[in-house]
Amino acid sequence: MNYRWDWGILLKDPYFSWIASGFGWTCAVAILAWIIALSLGSVIGVMRTLPHPVPRAIGTAYVELFRNIPLLVQLFLWYFVVPEVLPREAGMFLKRGLPMPEFWTAVVCLGFYTGARVAEQVRAGINAIRSGQRQAALAMGLTLTQVYRYVLVPVSYRIIIPPLTSDFLGVFKNSSLALTIGVAELTARSRQIEEYTFQGIEAFATATVLYSVVTFAVMALMHMTEKRTRIPGLISLEAK
Amino acid sequence: MIEVKNVSKWYGAFHVLKDCSTSVAKGQVVVICGPSGSGKSTLIKCVNGLEPFQKGAITVNDISVGDKATNLSQLRSRVGMVFQNFELFPHMSVIRNIMLAQIKVLGRSEAEAEERAMKLLTRVGLVDQAAKYPAQLSGGQQQRVAIARALAMDPFAMLFDEPTSALDPEMINEVLDVMVALAEDGMTMMVVTHEMGFAKKVADRIIFMDEGHIVEDATTEEFFGTPRSERAQMFLSKILSH
Amino acid sequence: MFGGIDYGVVERALPLLWQGMLFTLQLTGLSICGGVFFGTILALMRLSSFRSVSFFAASYVNFFRSLPLILVIFWFYFLVPKLLGRPIGGFYSVLIAFVMFEAAYYCEIIRAGIQSVTRTQVHAGYALGLTYGQTMRLIILPQAFRNMLPVLLTQSIIMFQDTSLVYVVGLKDFLTTADLISNRDNRPVELFVFAAIVYFIICLIGSNSARRLQRKYTI
Repeated sequence: MNYRWDWGILLKDPYFSWIASGFGWTCAVAILAWIIALSLGSVIGVMRTLPHPVPRAIGTAYVELFRNIPLLVQLFLWYFVVPEVLPREAGMFLKRGLPMPEFWTAVVCLGFYTGARVAEQVRAGINAIRSGQRQAALAMGLTLTQVYRYVLVPVSYRIIIPPLTSDFLGVFKNSSLALTIGVAELTARSRQIEEYTFQGIEAFATATVLYSVVTFAVMALMHMTEKRTRIPGLISLEAK
Repeated sequence: MIEVKNVSKWYGAFHVLKDCSTSVAKGQVVVICGPSGSGKSTLIKCVNGLEPFQKGAITVNDISVGDKATNLSQLRSRVGMVFQNFELFPHMSVIRNIMLAQIKVLGRSEAEAEERAMKLLTRVGLVDQAAKYPAQLSGGQQQRVAIARALAMDPFAMLFDEPTSALDPEMINEVLDVMVALAEDGMTMMVVTHEMGFAKKVADRIIFMDEGHIVEDATTEEFFGTPRSERAQMFLSKILSH
Repeated sequence: MFGGIDYGVVERALPLLWQGMLFTLQLTGLSICGGVFFGTILALMRLSSFRSVSFFAASYVNFFRSLPLILVIFWFYFLVPKLLGRPIGGFYSVLIAFVMFEAAYYCEIIRAGIQSVTRTQVHAGYALGLTYGQTMRLIILPQAFRNMLPVLLTQSIIMFQDTSLVYVVGLKDFLTTADLISNRDNRPVELFVFAAIVYFIICLIGSNSARRLQRKYTI
């Protein structure tokens, strides 16, 4: 293989600032999308465990819809299709009025998509709690809302910290798809450097290192959180 | 105080309760026994509406449990229940377990709830365990906390669903002692249990169930003297032989 | 703005879309075979009692799982022709990227499947006088395979969805074809909605059979 190595290129302008701003966009998309995913996913996940069939069905439909369409297709639907099928004013706002439409589209799309995954984790977490816990809480006179708020949800979140972490890392990695609609995030920037300089190895290696470092840092943070929130004396929650 | 009239319940096609009727007067202790799968747990879970039933009626203090208009939360808050697997909330300390419903359901202040909780913990002999988490206690201790948690709501009746059957033998008595003391204080109680010693000592009546029927409903003396049904006789001889 | 929905656009595009779907299915199929094959090897390596072997496999898996697939596609698209010294076409570069990437995910599934069979089953096999090979082949692997089949299927559906990412290097899979036609005819609504429906139906059938398998095999 003949290849002209030039690691110094990464420190030259504009390439250094490309990488830096790309990393910033990646984090921004991932974190905002995660906030949507966590809130939406918690609601949908809880809905799927309620005794009433209507919210259960809505929850199931949501999860099936967002899990069975490839993320990239969803992104194109949000970006190209949604503005066309909305009423004229709303569509115009999405195309012209909204600042940074690509960025916000990516955030919303990733948030809804990841919300379906979060919902599955929340549902699994709640279902892993013995049914006696729900009965005991109801028997004390708590309303269903209170049962969820004080017993089922706090316990289930502790159980699902590891899978939730991997969903967060998923959103972090999936934010790279935003490049297809023109968000200049980390992967897009490394590709751009490759196209401008032909120093592909250096450019992709930088992105690789950044993604890996974030992953390992988040994993370490998760282990710490898990230890801090561990319930004293409890090894694992029995299945029902 | 508790009236059960012609209650029937199905799980799908499976007929769990068949036309069950009985009643418990204020201050009475009624023990429900029978082979497993006979419907006894289901019956007492119907009393506080944890299990819905399709036919018949149950009233607690003249409030109809099956009625859609009944505020079940309100009713349940005054009917204490103790479960086979304790069902303390694992993420809360012992004292928080006892305080939760006092604050959220009865609207007591933190201080009031805490005071009441400490009193009850003293009563069940666990005042020094208040800050611990459920999983750090033995089964017997957990069950005593669960009883304290139910008592904190000032219930007018208590339901026990096999309170000692998940316990190691050496812990059974510490729980039964608390229950005997409660009975002697005049608490209205429905107890599903196989502990016939307990039944003899405090029960006013014994209900024997089999295959969803209430087969026998007799005073304690009558029941242990000569049970009328053959099935109850067989059950007793099995239970008492060990 | 758009005037009404034109179903004819999709109908006229069907032959091209079918070509794209064939590409997608081909890439999916080959990637599954390669991914499961290398995934099994990696799983056996991870379970190896040689520290260095299991460490290598674990590092490989953790490394690839920390990267976005798009970046891996870029890497291989760029690197493979350089390493070989000649262009071999985008398809093979991407195929290698998918196999290497998915192997990391399949590895974890297969490892969990093997570990889901209790150790006492191995002892029971030995106690009957079976060799290590016989115990694995006749007792452990059949049970492991049963346990992991639903998850393998689920992962393969994800993989099928992931193939749409070849869009970033311009290979003409189902989605890219739909995108090209939508640009040519300026009909994004019809084509992307159609693409979404097709993916949805295929994936829904797949995930439902995964669920059925799960129910059938959990005893």
